[in-house]
Amino acid sequence: MIDLSTRYLGLRLANPLVASPSPLCERLDNLRRMEDAGAAAVVLHSLFEEQIDVESQHLDRYLSYGSESYAESISYFPDLHDYNLGPDGYLEHVRRAKAAVDIPVIGSLNGVSTGGWINFARKIQQAGADALELNIFYVPTDPALTGREVEQMYVDLVRDVRRSLSIPVAVKLGHSFSATANVARRLDEAGADALVLFNRFYLPDFDLDRLDVVPTLTLSNPSELLVRLHWTAILYGHVDADIAVTGGVHGPEDVLKAMMAGARVAMMTSALLTRGIDHLSRVRAGLLDWMEAREYASIAQMQGSMSYRSVGEPAAFERANYMKVLSSYALRHPPRGPGR
Amino acid sequence: MSERGRARITLDGNEAVARIAYKLSDVIAIYPITPSSTMGEWADQWAAQEQPNLWSAVPTVVELQSEGGAAGALHGALQTGALATTFTASQGLLLMIPNMYKIAGELTPAVFHVAARSLATQALSIFGDHSDVMAARATGVAMLASGSVQEAMDLAAVAHAATLRARVPFLHFFDGFRTSHEVAKIEPVDDADLRALVDDRLVHAHRARALSPEHPVVRGTAQNPDIYFQAREAANPYYVACPTIVQDVMDALATRTGRAYHLVDYAGAPDADRVVVMMGSGAETAEETAAFLNARGERVGVLKVRLYRPFPAAALVAALPVTVRAVAVLDRTKEPGSPGEPLYLDVLAALAEAGRPMPTIVCGRYGLSSKEFTPAMARAVFDELRGARPRTHFTIGIHDDVTHTSLPWDPDFSIEQPDTVRAVFYGLGADGTVGANKNSIKIIGEDTDAHAQGYFVYDSKKSGSMTVSHLRFGPRPIRAPYLITRASFVACHQFAFLERLDVLRVAEPGAVLLLNSPHGPAEVWDRLPRPVQAQILAKGLRLFVIDGTRVAQEVGMGGRVNTIMQTCFFAISGVLPREEAVAAIKHAIEKTYGRRGEPVVRKNFAAVDAALEHLHEVPVPDRVTATVELRPPVPPEAPAFVREVTARIIAGDGDLVPVSALPADGTYPSGTARWEKRNIAAEIPAWDEGLCIQCGKCVLVCPHAVIRAKVYEPAALAGAPASFKSAPAKWREFGEARYTLQVSPEDCTGCGLCVEVCPAKSKSEVRHRAIDMVPQQPRHDAEVANWDFFLGLPDAAPGPLNAGLVKDVQLLEPLFEFSGACAGCGETPYLKLLSQLFGERALVANATGCSSIYGGSQPTTPWAVNARGRGPAWANSLFEDNAEFGLGMRVALDAQAACARRLVARLADRLGPLGDALLGAEQSTEAGVAAQRERVSALRSRLRELDGAEARELASLADVLVDKSVWIVGGDGWAYDIGFGGLDHVLASGRNVNVLVLDTEVYSNTGGQMSKATPRGAVAKFAAGGKTGGKKDLALMAMTYGHVYVARVAMGGNDAHTLRAFREAEAYRGPALLIAYSHCIAHGFDLRHGMDQQRAAVQSGHWPLFRYDPALAGEGKQPLQLDSKPPSLPLKSYAYNETRYTMLAHSHPDTARQLLAEAQRDVLARWRLYEHWASMPVDAAAPAEERP
Repeated sequence: MIDLSTRYLGLRLANPLVASPSPLCERLDNLRRMEDAGAAAVVLHSLFEEQIDVESQHLDRYLSYGSESYAESISYFPDLHDYNLGPDGYLEHVRRAKAAVDIPVIGSLNGVSTGGWINFARKIQQAGADALELNIFYVPTDPALTGREVEQMYVDLVRDVRRSLSIPVAVKLGHSFSATANVARRLDEAGADALVLFNRFYLPDFDLDRLDVVPTLTLSNPSELLVRLHWTAILYGHVDADIAVTGGVHGPEDVLKAMMAGARVAMMTSALLTRGIDHLSRVRAGLLDWMEAREYASIAQMQGSMSYRSVGEPAAFERANYMKVLSSYALRHPPRGPGR
Repeated sequence: MSERGRARITLDGNEAVARIAYKLSDVIAIYPITPSSTMGEWADQWAAQEQPNLWSAVPTVVELQSEGGAAGALHGALQTGALATTFTASQGLLLMIPNMYKIAGELTPAVFHVAARSLATQALSIFGDHSDVMAARATGVAMLASGSVQEAMDLAAVAHAATLRARVPFLHFFDGFRTSHEVAKIEPVDDADLRALVDDRLVHAHRARALSPEHPVVRGTAQNPDIYFQAREAANPYYVACPTIVQDVMDALATRTGRAYHLVDYAGAPDADRVVVMMGSGAETAEETAAFLNARGERVGVLKVRLYRPFPAAALVAALPVTVRAVAVLDRTKEPGSPGEPLYLDVLAALAEAGRPMPTIVCGRYGLSSKEFTPAMARAVFDELRGARPRTHFTIGIHDDVTHTSLPWDPDFSIEQPDTVRAVFYGLGADGTVGANKNSIKIIGEDTDAHAQGYFVYDSKKSGSMTVSHLRFGPRPIRAPYLITRASFVACHQFAFLERLDVLRVAEPGAVLLLNSPHGPAEVWDRLPRPVQAQILAKGLRLFVIDGTRVAQEVGMGGRVNTIMQTCFFAISGVLPREEAVAAIKHAIEKTYGRRGEPVVRKNFAAVDAALEHLHEVPVPDRVTATVELRPPVPPEAPAFVREVTARIIAGDGDLVPVSALPADGTYPSGTARWEKRNIAAEIPAWDEGLCIQCGKCVLVCPHAVIRAKVYEPAALAGAPASFKSAPAKWREFGEARYTLQVSPEDCTGCGLCVEVCPAKSKSEVRHRAIDMVPQQPRHDAEVANWDFFLGLPDAAPGPLNAGLVKDVQLLEPLFEFSGACAGCGETPYLKLLSQLFGERALVANATGCSSIYGGSQPTTPWAVNARGRGPAWANSLFEDNAEFGLGMRVALDAQAACARRLVARLADRLGPLGDALLGAEQSTEAGVAAQRERVSALRSRLRELDGAEARELASLADVLVDKSVWIVGGDGWAYDIGFGGLDHVLASGRNVNVLVLDTEVYSNTGGQMSKATPRGAVAKFAAGGKTGGKKDLALMAMTYGHVYVARVAMGGNDAHTLRAFREAEAYRGPALLIAYSHCIAHGFDLRHGMDQQRAAVQSGHWPLFRYDPALAGEGKQPLQLDSKPPSLPLKSYAYNETRYTMLAHSHPDTARQLLAEAQRDVLARWRLYEHWASMPVDAAAPAEERP
């Protein structure tokens, strides 16, 4: 009997497959289907403090827009009883999700202000979430802001939230720090129970016809897994926090690689959006097949087995690997001479 | 709390009545019409919230397609045993009259609540008088009149209770706006009161009389001469009993509440020698005036008629003191040609029949269309009665210098109580002033023992409109249903008003003036116009100032200074202690905005705190220092009528315009909007002539025709102002001509639509386009001069234009300009295009609605005249009849043209070749039309030389030999709902009319009620839970006729397609229907992005573009041509840019999700249907001649 179980955020999970935040998580029937398909936990879509603010301001603006200006049309909309603005709708979703599934439900929060982070984090805890993932999506556009200051903001934030909650706290990071390992350690020391590697920042694109900057949403592809594997392998053993891999996890092989790099769980979004929720069951079956064929007894057995600490040639994770890649590329693609 | 320990409430008359009607009804049939719409809106909202009626059931609220429909549904519901009611006014009541006869004839308990309003005669008016209810007085309904918000709630309950006992249906009315919209503090009628008034056994009896197959009967039979008369008389006992029943119910109400009413209430001196008889809110004024005069030794009184039908003659006679020597009966209606207005004739008959000595009885008219009826006017009537032979058939409140009916009055006479705080606030609609004042009334009304009253006056523009709030607070109930003319507090929330309005006219000596001013306490005095300074000094006013606009910007309130100015009012006025006031304001903010989210509450709290920090009292100097006068309302070069009449209305002096100055038949000059420079845009577009590609898109979309282009010979630039811009014209055929794109800074509303559609972006900095919005103020003087110079350039391009190109159309002069439509309106660009393409020969039949309001509201009209004296001829008949109205125009034109052609033929030998040319003229192009005009001109000259009846006859008809273009224009409320039957008939008629439906998918003008054009999933009034049904496909229905040209257009989706469809529709020699997507303020998004949203509507498939041209069938081609691509954008990506959809997603997420999914399916299904149709082969054998 192969043991797929793992521990993440102090929770015992039946397997390392976690459904990560996506629009799919907004519907309870999808959460049930995820559980049925083998997800061991689910991270709900994020509560965005900024979005709450914007929605509230928009609603106020447009419900008032043009009102009290003309005697026949003193208003343009009925005044509804409740608009579910603020976090209430999200918190209710957390409550209903908890009631709908038996697997752990992890809330996700993207805040703006310190007060907002703590306030909403507490509310998500009160709503019954088993853990909370902090989705730190901050674009430091101010040239006066140093990397050190940004990092300290992250550390302070994690410490403040950690102190105000009793449930475990995971931190979802980007990978554009100058010293990722150092940041990871400082977050670990600030109390993060898990580090989720890495956030995928949605960057805008340019529309050349209209000369507009337009938002884009591209789903992940398996090649994005590599940077996650890389840093998981490096951080494994250097931080007490659990490590989760998210981004580029599409098939059972990706999950296996994540485990071997040292992750406790592998999170999936894009694959579920493109292939459907049932894909989880296929990944789980693929895991079992692979492990059975190679006689692995448990996931725990492989976790960290190919981390920086555990591989025979750690230089592969360092600069030497870069050189190796370049030379292998040069061998396969010799420069073309001017004579051609 | 009241003396009886009941909590008082603060609300307006409509809500007060709706609360009672809702509690006592099972079925509520509604249709929007001002000023009654809000009663239906409340009912719909409460039903959506599942609030129960008195019997714990949630009433069913059903919107119909017209008031006629509502009355029919009401009749049916009543016949089936429901307790049913409806709300209406004005033309709506007229449409209910046929059913009212039926409902009364069948002795059916029912209540019609009417916010009484003027009828459309020489003009439409949305304001209050009794013309509508008087038109219903013969129907057999009982009529109860209320004169205040308290009475409206009380007598609404009396009407519902009495109708069940009497079996006579009731019409309960109260004055539109004055009572329906006045906010007052009253003692509510509660459920226990209602239970005491309404006997359930009578409800059961009503049900027992209902139609049922279990005990079948027939009603509505046809009767012959043998029995109809007798049967009609058979109902007499019910009418005889009715007054007593009403009094019994009034007495029961008095037992419960202490408020005693009678069929006719007398108030005044018991030994009065002069009495006024009235109904409605005017009686309140008269009563207060009588009390004032009696306290000064006079002996006067007021008879307030509450039950008007059945007319309580005996009660009236009994209530009239025997000492009365003279009686004046005042009617708030006009019945031209009658021996007197209805109430007068009724009183006259009652007193004559009473057999007692007749006092002198005179009559007068007052208060039409909410004309003020003030204590001064009431006193004038009492004074008139002093004379031995008082005038009769007089008017009061106007200056009639034609038939000299009017009584004079002393405008300085006032009975205002000294312990009443009277505050007048001047604001913009957009700055939230009215909302804040409504909040203030609630605060004072509900948090203190003081009584409160609020009434709000709006101007006739939808963009940049001014509001004036009149608030009274005092220790006693406030019975003053007239505007404040002696204010102890005046606030001007927009500094610019000081330059164009005499805002201090209402300030009493010693009053406080609060200014929202960009100039601080040290500078503000020198910025005030001379008349303002002079009045401040003369009246000894205290002056306070705050830069509320800056504070609002800083705390994130945008342009809404409401909370800031409200806080200042409380801080200065002392109505409440400051700390208490701040706490109360914040409490009110939480109540008002809490549902909209904590961030909104937070910013309003910040506004309160910041307001107090930035408020300053300004030391008033001892002398006038300014030399600047108020700006004249119109320039001196305006035409005489505009200078002498229009200007007075613009300046707020319309009440002073005498009868002789106004046309007797409702006919007004066109092209007057150009004289009313409203100067409301903070930002205007600025042109970069180097970047501009001269595409004309900005000119096309400008809703107000304020951005225009001309191409002209370079020599025309001689004398141009230094800042006047031009560029080489990008028309090869125009050689060295120059091009100018010019903005009228004082007509622009700053909507930004033009900037958003501009495709020319800078290659080095993409945010910079060929037009950018820039602050107006620094450019104002230069651009005014540039605009004046621009107008002087030749209107005609230096060569022929191709009206099929957007680029060329920009050079056609618009004959629809500077309307008062909302900034960024989605309708007006289509009307402007119509005027550019066909304006010189267009007749426009305009359905009532937004387009008739911004098209025809006094004081000015945007429909314009060109230098040749030609332009669209425009008329509004009604809401429901517009298609027929336009058809009538077509029929008349065709008949006249046929007659003219016959005459030309008869005079052929005397006209020579001109006659043949006239009859054979080809007018399918504008050039052909122009040539025919030349011929008609020649014909006129020739006819002057000919004598004889036929020549004179032909001269009077000659103009119709030039083809006329008949346009039937209206919104979706007209085309899809109330006017659909007529529209269908007109389309079926085959006549050559062009129908333009400005489809905003909602009743925009009356404030956003659902129409059948409202899409599935959108929230609207009357669809507070989201519309569950799909949008009616009017185009599809019209296409099934086969002979109707149909096009669905969206200017923002494809402007060239819009242009093509307009031209094809007009050229088609049969009925043409253009359905134009019109983004609207009622959609809830920034209209600056209106054209982007139109494009999204097309891309999502919500608004597929197509043309159905029956002419193609004759060529063997498929008439239906799909002109947009298959849906490529998820419907959500279009819909969820708009509050009408997102508010449902917030309030009812599951419902919203489901309706969105269904709407997405609708889109795809409709696309498949159209695609299939468009690909169907056509039987080429069908002869074209078979077409109508």
